[in-house]
This record gives sequence, C-alpha cells and structure tokens, in this order.
Amino acid sequence: MSLVSLDEVHKYYGENHVLKGVDLRVNAGEVVSIIGRSGSGKSTLLRCLNGLEEYQQGAVIVDNQSVENDDYKLRLLSRSVGMVFQNFNLFPHMTVGENVMLATKLVLKKSVTESRQLAEELLAKVGLADKFDAYPGNLSGGQQQRVAIARSLAMSPKVLLCDEITSALDPELVGEVLKVLEQLKEEGMTLILVTHEMNFARDVGDRVVFMNQGKVWETGPSDEVFANPQTDELKSFLAAVR
Amino acid sequence: MSYQLDFASLVPYLPEFAAGVWTTIELTIISTLGGLALGTFCAQGRISNEAWLRRTCACYIEAVRNTPFIVQLFFIFFGLPALGLKMTAWQAGMIAMIINLGAYSAEIIRAGIEAAPKGQWEAGKTLGLTRRQIFMHIILPPAYQRVYPALVSQSIIVMLGSAVVSQISVEELTFAANFVQSRSFLSFESYMLAAVIYLVLAILMRQAFGLLKCIAFKNPSL
Amino acid sequence: MVQFTDWDILKNLLLAARWTILLSLLAFAGGGLFGLILTLLRSMRNTFITRVIQCYVEVFQGVPLLMQLFLTFFGLSLLGIEVDAWTAAILSLTLFSSAFFHDIWRGCIEALPKGQWEACRTLGFTYMQTMRYIIVPQAMRMSIAPTVGFSVQIVKGTALASVIGFVELTKAGTMINNAVFEPFKVFALVALLYFVICFPLSVLARYLESKNHVTR
Ligand SMILES: Nc1ncnc2c1ncn2[C@@H]1O[C@H](COP(=O)(O)OP(=O)(O)OP(=O)(O)O)[C@@H](O)[C@H]1O
Ligand SMILES: [Mg+2]
Repeated sequence: MSLVSLDEVHKYYGENHVLKGVDLRVNAGEVVSIIGRSGSGKSTLLRCLNGLEEYQQGAVIVDNQSVENDDYKLRLLSRSVGMVFQNFNLFPHMTVGENVMLATKLVLKKSVTESRQLAEELLAKVGLADKFDAYPGNLSGGQQQRVAIARSLAMSPKVLLCDEITSALDPELVGEVLKVLEQLKEEGMTLILVTHEMNFARDVGDRVVFMNQGKVWETGPSDEVFANPQTDELKSFLAAVR
Repeated sequence: MSYQLDFASLVPYLPEFAAGVWTTIELTIISTLGGLALGTFCAQGRISNEAWLRRTCACYIEAVRNTPFIVQLFFIFFGLPALGLKMTAWQAGMIAMIINLGAYSAEIIRAGIEAAPKGQWEAGKTLGLTRRQIFMHIILPPAYQRVYPALVSQSIIVMLGSAVVSQISVEELTFAANFVQSRSFLSFESYMLAAVIYLVLAILMRQAFGLLKCIAFKNPSL
Repeated sequence: MVQFTDWDILKNLLLAARWTILLSLLAFAGGGLFGLILTLLRSMRNTFITRVIQCYVEVFQGVPLLMQLFLTFFGLSLLGIEVDAWTAAILSLTLFSSAFFHDIWRGCIEALPKGQWEACRTLGFTYMQTMRYIIVPQAMRMSIAPTVGFSVQIVKGTALASVIGFVELTKAGTMINNAVFEPFKVFALVALLYFVICFPLSVLARYLESKNHVTR
C-alpha cells in the first residue's frame, strides 16, 4: 500500500478545469519532484493532498486516511502531512522557538518542556540552534525557510510537501535549504517537491512527475526522465528551463 | 482687554478637579478594556460563518458609528429606564463609552484581521490547529499590532468623548469644571484648566500606550 | 398641557434637523477653507510655521470638542464680544474641523511615494510646479474618501452645540422629551434621524475608498 495515492482526481476552480484526472502513487521514503509549466496545476495537486483545496472527483488517500473536506478529519490528517510554503508563512509575532513549538503544544498537547526539547533538536538539525529566541523578521530568507521546515517536522509527519520552497530566496541562500532536504531524504523522509531546481530534482529526487495541462504527462526515475524524455512536451519544457 | 485672567482663585477648587480627573481616568481605563474586548468580539463576529451574527454585528457597528455619542448616552440613560432597565448615571456613561469604543475598534480590528496574509491561515491549518486556535494564536496578535496606532487614537478619542457624560451628571472632569465655574464665576479659567488637563491626559495616554507597545510586541514591526 | 402626537414629535424633530444640517454645512465649509489655508501654509516648509500648526492640531485633537465649545463661548464674551450660541458653535466647529482636515490632507500629501518628488526634481520642476502639477492632483484624489468620512464626524459634532443652548436636533429632542416624557421613543427617533443623515455619507466614503484602492 502506497503512502500517498491519487486516483482520477479532478479539480475545478469554477469553470476552470485544473486537474483533469490525476493518478499518482508515492511510497514511503520516496522523494518525488513535480515539474511543469506555470499554471499546469502543480500547486493545486499538492494542496489537494493535505486538504487545503477541495477536489470534485476521484480519491486522495494519504497514510490510509481519505482526504475529505471535513475539518476534524483534516486536522487528524495534518499529523501525517507537513507542508512548507514558498513564502515561509512563519508567524511573525512568535520567536523561532515558539513557531516550532506552537503545534506540538496546541495540537499534540505536549508539555512545554517536551515541546521545547523537541524544538531545540529540530532547530539544531536545520542548523539554527542559536536562533531559538530570534524573531523571523530578523532572519534571512534561507534561515526562515529552514525554520519553516523545522516547524512542520515538529508534527513528525510521514510525508512533507514542499511548494517551490526555494523560489523566494536569493540564489546564494538556496543551497542551505536544499541541503536540509537532502538530509531529510537520508533519514528516510517521504518528500513531494514542486521545484524549479532541475539539478536538485535529478540528483536527489528518486522520481520525477511532469505535469502538463492538469495531467501527469510523464513520470519515471529521475535520471531516466532527464536523460531520455519521451514526450515532446517534456522535451520542449526541459529545453526551455535549461 | 480689560479682563484679567485669574487662575489663582481656582486653587481652593483643586480637590474638585482632582476628583473629576480621577473619575475620568476610571471611566477611560474601564471603557478602554471593555470596548476593546467588545470590539474584538464583534470583529470576529463580522467575519464569522454565521450570517445572523455577521449581520447583527454590522448593524450594531453602523448604528453606533452614524449617531452622536451624546444621543447614544441620552438613549441609554433616559430611554432604557423607560423599558425598566434602571441604572446610575455612572453606569450609563460607562456603558455608552464601552458600546461606542466597541463599534469603532471592531472596524479597526477587522481591518487588521483582514490584512493577515492567507498563508497564515493555511500554515495554521496544515499544522492541524482548529479555526479558533488559528484565530487566537496566529491571526489576532499581529492584527492588533498592525492596527495598534489606530486603536490608540480611538481610545484617546473615547477618553475625550467622556467629557459628554457630564451632561447626565457623572462627576468627571468636565462636570467638575462646570461646578467650579458656577461657584466661582471663573468660567473661562475653569474650562481652560480642564482643557489643559485633558490635553495632558491625552499625551500621557499616548505615552502609556507607547510603553505598553514595547512590552506587548517584541518582534520587529510587521 | 399640549398633546403631542407621534407625528408632531417627528415633525418638530425634522424641523430641528434643518439646523443640524445647516450647522454641519457651515462647519464643513469653514473648516475646509481654514484647513486648506493651514495646509498651504505648512507646505511652505517654514520650521516655525510648521511647529505652530503642529501645536494647533495637537490642541484641537487633544481637547474634547465640548470643552472647545465652552471655551469659545465664554472666551469670546471675555473679550467683550457678545456671542450667541450660533456664533460660538460655528466658530468652534470650524476650528475643530480645520485641525482634522489639515491633518487628513497633510497625510495624503505625505503618503505619496518619495519617487514622485525625486522624479520632478530630475525633470527640473520648481517646488511650486511639483506641487501644482504632480502632488496636489494625486493627493486630492486620495483625500476625497477620508474627507467625506470626516464629514460624518462633523454632523455628529454638531450635536454638542445643544449643550450651549443651540436648538438643533439633539436639543429639540431633549426639549420634546421634557414635554412628552417618552425618552425611549424620542431619543430613538433623534438617533434615527442622525443615522439617516450620516449613513449615506459613511457609505459614500467607503465606496470612494474602495474605488481608490482599485485604481492604485
Ligand atoms: N485560488 C484559485 N482560484 C482560481 N483559480 C486558481 C486558483 N489557484 C490556481 N488557480 C488556477 O489554477 C491553475 C493551476 O494553478 P497552479 O497554482 O496549480 O499552477 P502551478 O503549476 O503551481 O503554477 P506555478 O508554477 O505558477 O506555481 C491556473 O490556471 C490558475 O490560474
Ligand atoms: Mg505553484
């Protein structure tokens, strides 16, 4: 049984048919990169996985839970699925440590000491042990994004969704964030990444999913797909981004 | 100009002024706390999923914002007892001030809430927080911070507005000035002194809020 | 004792509301004119004038309007000028609103991006040219919504003129209530009439503001 599975998922924004029957399976421990043109539905697909968007047809199952539009079920689901956003979405009025501890305290009902210990561990893991009491507004973009990763790891999710998490960063800060992702992969975390970093997708990703016109257009092991794209659309896409 | 201003003769009346100032401060502190609480509640009501709550809050806010404070005060003090709701002048003044600040601050706080980036709600959701938890822990504190200057100004306006409750004989600063001028016939001097005291109170209030800001919001400004 | 029907009450209130409206219009015009003069004076960027105007605004925004009315009323008579409630009310509402108008308009001028000034400097405009062709037209468009919004405050401010004996809507309400002793009905009607005057202005202000946001 796969950790994540989508069956014939259709999604409409009003008249706009955005996902047109998406099928996808992701196994535990896999790192899947989703690539594709702007507007092809990558973000929408990701957001259907954790219930941020509703879908109209098909089935999405994550960690044996069906993703439905039900507040209570979605809250349960959030323990299995973490998400990191392009623009971090850190809570500006809380310190870095408080950002990481918030959900463990409120959702998992852990004690303050336990939450704090966990937050310290996670921050050390992303290389920010010394920033526990800093405010997000005083950190660089790369540091903020690493805090955001630590924050979602605090819920010990089974799969982490990342939507272009390096796109808002200055080029010299991209590396430090990708390094954290590599480290997570080594620890066996399941990652689904929407990314424009083709090198990273090829070198670190196990599998690539090329989205086009609301469908999974082509998919396969990273090295094969990049070395030997099958469809014309993927060929022209790769030619354009290189 | 033949008339000589005579502030010295006001000295015997300083206790009256002091008592008035104290009542004004008391009214201000309680109505600021009550008004901001009511305003927060109504701001939440304005964005609630329940249509009836949204509409009720909107009616209340519009009714208060589009009628003069003195009429609200008279309505509460003279009108409501006719329905059997008895209250003292002090209570009526207090209620009127809370209701007034509640409506204005509701709109201010709502603007702060609506300025929250959508991503803040989404981040809270993906962490598994309930809607209420997201609102209380993630949305509201930065919303206060965003609109803090406007809330301060509005609270000061309500403090100044408290002068009007003298008209139902609440013995605050303006009432004291009225009383003193009727005794001493130093009308201009009494009102001048009261005006200066109000000005000082307004400045002090701004300072106090400034201090509070440093304590309440430690993060870099939004 | 005279018998008042509900219709009599409403009719008398409506008659009194004319004075509220007239007083509001005069205060709006007077305050607007004086506020404009203050704004022009301040745009001369003379440190002394700026300081004086700042104090002026601080005082009129930091002292209750009721107190301003009392001071005008009693202050003028000290100067030997016989004042009636009319004059005192118009004068003090004018001063009060001029401070607020000035503050609003100055805010609009200062809210324009610094790039506008810099662009004009690089084009070789004089200060007056910059004001005349670039700054004022933009600031004016921005200021319409808050100016309309403040007119609501003026209408509500006129209610305080009742305290110094000016017979407008609120005063008429208290007088009628003293005759009929139906406070709930009378003050509800008074409030309703104010609402009828103010609410359209509020809606207009909000509409103008939303339009402003779209065009920017
Ligand atoms: N909230 C929304 N309301 C209406 N339409 C939307 C919404 N979000 C996305 N869309 C539409 O859905 C389509 C897919 O959008 P999506 O954000 O998933 O694309 P994407 O592949 O992530 O693109 P990008 O690379 O630019 O992020 C687009 O046509 C977009 O206009
Ligand atoms: Mg996207």
